[in-house]
Amino acid sequence: MKGVHAVVIGASAGGVTALFSVLGALPAGFAIPVICVLHLPDDRHSQLAEVLQRRLRRPVFEARDKQPLRAGQIYVAGPGYHLSVERDLTLSLSQEPPVHFSRPAIDYLFMSAADAYGAGLLGMLLTGANEDGAEGLAYIKQNGGRTVVQDPCDAQVALMPEAALALHQPDHILSLSGIERLLAALETSAC
Amino acid sequence: MTSERNTDIEIRLLIEAIYLKYSYDFRNYSGASIKRRILHALRQFDCLTVSALQERVLHDPGMFMQLLQYLTIPVSEMFRDPGHYVALRNEVVPLLRTWPSIKVWIAGCSTGEEVYSMAILLREEGLLERTIIYATDINPHSLDKAKQGIYSMQSMREYAENYRLAGGRRDFAEYYTAAYGNAIMDSTLRDNVTFADHSLATDSVFSETQLVSCRNVLIYFNKALQDRALGLFHESLCHRGFLVLGSKESVDFSAYSERFESLVKPERIYRKS
Repeated sequence: MKGVHAVVIGASAGGVTALFSVLGALPAGFAIPVICVLHLPDDRHSQLAEVLQRRLRRPVFEARDKQPLRAGQIYVAGPGYHLSVERDLTLSLSQEPPVHFSRPAIDYLFMSAADAYGAGLLGMLLTGANEDGAEGLAYIKQNGGRTVVQDPCDAQVALMPEAALALHQPDHILSLSGIERLLAALETSAC
Repeated sequence: MTSERNTDIEIRLLIEAIYLKYSYDFRNYSGASIKRRILHALRQFDCLTVSALQERVLHDPGMFMQLLQYLTIPVSEMFRDPGHYVALRNEVVPLLRTWPSIKVWIAGCSTGEEVYSMAILLREEGLLERTIIYATDINPHSLDKAKQGIYSMQSMREYAENYRLAGGRRDFAEYYTAAYGNAIMDSTLRDNVTFADHSLATDSVFSETQLVSCRNVLIYFNKALQDRALGLFHESLCHRGFLVLGSKESVDFSAYSERFESLVKPERIYRKS
């Protein structure tokens, strides 16, 4: 898969395990930023970044406001704030009301990243019990980016991938191992 | 894709029109969030395009006032992030005491929750009498609400818990009168509060202060505007004055990172260095 300049990943219920395997499949020395929103309880101190970092044995950052996106880095949204990508390829936080009861919302990350990266974006929506992310993934596709939905049969909770499939036809519907293979084969170019 | 590009052009034009006509400057707000809020307003106002919204806003000041309610984000609570107030009490108040009179600037005070929280904390520390609080915002509706100091009882129940966790020393109910499902804040809390219309994007410094509190405002600004706002705070603060930001904000990525030092890092409390 060529010409991918950034990957955005959204997940909810069952998402921690799914993120372990998906992020674990990133090739060593991958040269693009990877940005994730996992729905979290609205608790100020989330351990998600630390937990992922320990498990993946590579740096994982909790996204910070105005932080410039760097190639080869993994960012996860912290609790209580929406996470967006700005056109100058920095991250921004905001506190608009929750979307589908969620803040951070996957839709907001996906749509803003699609505006920033256009055709260079790869969006992935994984397991979850919520419709957040479906609209955002369709928007990525509409803006020329590529989309992957976890096969609902393979997902721990099928509702999130099903909601995405009801809205648009993604480029790939894959099991977690299929997504791992796709990411492992990612031919990236720095932007 | 063409229609998306059109939308982006229209949003820029709308923001420019608002600036030219009403002098409200959203040109350096973070793009992703302002775009969402404009598109949200579009649906509420039943406009098909941003251009249609722009026409109505330009020709009808009342319409602009309505749009302004969407462009600003009135998310606020009393004693939000209780740990922040504990740190203010323990680390900042003992030093604030050393000034004979104290001026506090709450920038972007929205509907006033932070103002009353600060006033309560200062009263409990015996400092409110010799403090002037400047509470500023760009949204006149929010400022009116802040001046009225009326909040729903439902939210007051949450704030009571925050207050307790924030090291509150009394019964929170002592600070308001309940009536018809609302809580009316004790008006003496705002005896020394001046509410004023002030824009961090276009206005300048109006007073020397010992403490500036600006929480969850800077995240809506791009880097250039963040730098402008931090410049105003730096100019307003006296030697070794305090700056407090929201829990996810910092001076780290700004031009002022060297000009403020961390006092309580996790609570985003800084001192002018």
